[in-house]
Parts: sequence; structure tokens; C-alpha cells
Amino acid sequence: MSIKDRVIAIIAEQAVLEPSDVALDNTLEDLGIDSLGLVESIFAIEEEFDISVPFNANEPSESDFDISSVRTIIAGIERLVKEQS
Amino acid sequence: MKRVVITGAGTINALGATVPQTLEAMREGRCGISELEFRDVERLSIRIGGQVKNYDPETRFNRQQLALFDRFTQFTLIAAREAIAQAGLEFSGELAARAGVILGNSGGGMTTLDENYRSVYEDGKNRVHPFVVPKLMNNAAASHLSMEFNLKGPSFTVSTACASSNHAMAQAFQMVHGGITPVMVTGGSESMLCFGGVKAWEGLRVMSRDACRPFSANRNGMVQGEGAAIFVFEDYEHARKRGAEILAEVAGFAMTSDASDIVMPSKQGAARAMQGALKDARINRDEVGYINAHGTGTAANDKTESAAVADVFGAHADRLMISSTKSMHAHLIGGTGAVELLACIMALRDGIIAPTIGYQEPDPECALDVVPNVAREAKVDVALSNAFAFGGLNAVLALRRFT
Repeated sequence: MSIKDRVIAIIAEQAVLEPSDVALDNTLEDLGIDSLGLVESIFAIEEEFDISVPFNANEPSESDFDISSVRTIIAGIERLVKEQS
Repeated sequence: MKRVVITGAGTINALGATVPQTLEAMREGRCGISELEFRDVERLSIRIGGQVKNYDPETRFNRQQLALFDRFTQFTLIAAREAIAQAGLEFSGELAARAGVILGNSGGGMTTLDENYRSVYEDGKNRVHPFVVPKLMNNAAASHLSMEFNLKGPSFTVSTACASSNHAMAQAFQMVHGGITPVMVTGGSESMLCFGGVKAWEGLRVMSRDACRPFSANRNGMVQGEGAAIFVFEDYEHARKRGAEILAEVAGFAMTSDASDIVMPSKQGAARAMQGALKDARINRDEVGYINAHGTGTAANDKTESAAVADVFGAHADRLMISSTKSMHAHLIGGTGAVELLACIMALRDGIIAPTIGYQEPDPECALDVVPNVAREAKVDVALSNAFAFGGLNAVLALRRFT
């Protein structure tokens, strides 16, 4: 599975949706994922890819990791996997 | 001052997953203590406990809830669902704004701590699940209970080791008694039966390897249990107006501190707590028919408690019944007073006194009627529930048969 599909699978599980129901332009809010769901998703992503995601829930916009949509999250993970491998 | 009555009760513990199951086990003098089952148990020298067996959390909670609920929170919610269903209350509007929840608990999410310490120390992992803190905090159970039932009034958790539940229920009583709120949900829970939890207790050398035999001359220590019991305490007028079934009346309480030793009990501290509860409830000592003892099965507690009862009750000490149900459900630490309150309700409402099982040899230092091994039928008007904690913090509740 590609990084994109693996990230979508994690987000879909968190949102209790089928992966096919997760669109790249969706925000986490669109998918019904709240702040606790977000940190749980990030944990699951870190475990899946064995990476460290630089995300601070106090200042999401200051973090060097864009969570504004599924697309930006996937792009961020692809970059981190490349950098940290 | 308002009269306070109990209109709902719920539990899950080693004796049963409901109040009827638990009371039936107490009537039959059944023992809920068994071989412990969890990871690394073979590295313990103490391998028995009052563990909740045949328990499948997935039939009670969904996946998201299970990610957030430690075992002590799960037990709390299961007991609360039973208690609030029995009370028949819906919390909305002004009742929701005033009603709260006060729980006793000592160890918090010990299983969560144990699993995550193991993961970072033993397995060398550098990442833990994000919910570790909200899962393990001692107030998690009270908070989730408030969320599930929409309780928005005074809510908190009391932690006084083995007296936690009694302190919590005394506080809830006081709030209803004083008219702050017509309803409080209260009780306690505990779940320390994991490798680290039992290992810590082992260190103190007060645990029995084979059985909890309170007041018996051959007693050799306490046995740890787990579970929860939850009650609905309600202003009598509020309960009467809505035609609620009343299980018993909470008549009063007292709290004392020994101010002497971090582990050894004090006769004076225990006696002052029992005397204080009688005075607060305006009960003559001769009216007391049953005491649910703290009765841990340790050498020190049982003889000290017996001496305190003899001091407080004088000649009447030989006429009242006193039993320790820890012989059956084991010691639930922060949840123990709550489960033991069920035995007091059974004595008052059903006229059945739960026995002290495992009683084998009389001890001249515990020369009271401990209702050995077999339950007894008796009409009881007043019951006391004793809790004397490590740290010398004592809390005794006085209950009356509701007539």
C-alpha cells in the first residue's frame, strides 16, 4: 500500500468510515475527528511509519506539520518518511 | 436538614456483575477469591485476589470508549448504569445542574500505568498512546460518569486509601442532607490487580497467600479485590414525591484521623469514628444490630477494630453482629466501602446478615459475634459501615432501615 492509502486507512478508522469515503479535500472536522481523535490519529501514524510527527496541539498552526486537510497531512507524512528514513 | 435515602444501587465485583448476583453470593457465603490471571503473575509471590472474571469489556463499551476507559472507569460505569436505572432518574434541567458525583478511588488507572511503564521501560518504546493521562487520572471515572448521565453539579474524587468510598459517600450524604442538591451519585471503584499493583502490595508483607479470614485466630493477611459499587443518594421528599423505591436511609457519618502512624491502626481513632457516626445520626448504641467491619484479615486491624467496638458498645458489643464481607469479595481498597454498603442494605432491607466466611478458629482478641461462615436472618434497624484507612483516616457511615 502507498503512504497515501495507509494514511487514509488510519484516518478512516478514526472517523469510523470506509477509506473510500475519505476525500483528499476533507478537513478532519468534515470527517468528525475532534482534537482527541487528532492526537490519536497522529499516534497511529507515528506507529505505522515509525516516524516522529512534530505536532503540538496547543499551536497547530505553528507546528511544522499542516493538518488543514487529508491532502496536506499525506504530503507531510510523505516528507517526514523521506527525511526520517 | 433533609433526610437522605438510597434509591439506587449498582455493582460489579468478584461476587457478581449486578447487585442481585452479589447479594445472592453474600447470602450463600460464596467466596469470590481465586487465582489471579494477568501477565507476569508467575513473578508474584501473592497470586490470589478478588478478580472480576468472565468479563468482556467489548460487550459493554465501544472501541472509542475502551481507548479512554481504564478498568476502574469501566467498572464504575457498569455499576452506575445499574444504580441509576434502578433509581429511575433522568438528569435534565435543574436536576442535572444540581446533581453531581463523588467517588472514592485510591490507585487510579493502575493497569494503564503498569502497561505503559512496561512499554517504555521494559520494551524500550519511546512513544505512548495519547490517552494515557486521561485514562489513568483518579477522577476519570467520576468525569465519565458525569458525562454519561449529564451530572453537572459538585463532582470530584476522594482518595483516602481504604476509606475512600466511605469518605466519598459521607460527603455526598452531607450535600443532600444540607440541601445543596436533591440527588448525588456516589460510591467508589478500584482496579489494582495487575503485576505492578500486586507487586507493590507484596512488598508490605501484609498479604495472604491463601485466603482472607477476618477475625479468625489463624488469619494471615489481606487479599486484594477489584470492582465498583455506585449508589443514588436522594432527598427523601424528592424520592417520595416521585414514588421511588427506597432501599435504606443514610442517617449520619463521622470522619476521624488517628494522627499517629502511616500504617498501624489506632483503637481510639476507630472508636471515635463509630461514636461520632452514632452521635451524628442521633442513634443510641443499643439500636445498632449490625456492623459491616473494616475486617481486613490482618492481625493488626481485626484485633484493633474488635477492641474499638467493645469500647464503643460496652455490653451491647456482645449482642450486635459484626461481619467482614472482605472474606468473600476481598479488599477493594478505594472501592471497598461502597461494595460493603450493599451488605448493610441487605441487613436492613432483607433482614439477612452476610457472613464472615473462612472463619476457622476463635481469637480471644476478636471475641465478637462475627456471623461465622453462614448468613443469618435477623431484623436489624441500624447498621454501621466501618472503614479505617492506611494513614489513619477513618470514616464510618450509619444507616437505618427505612420504614
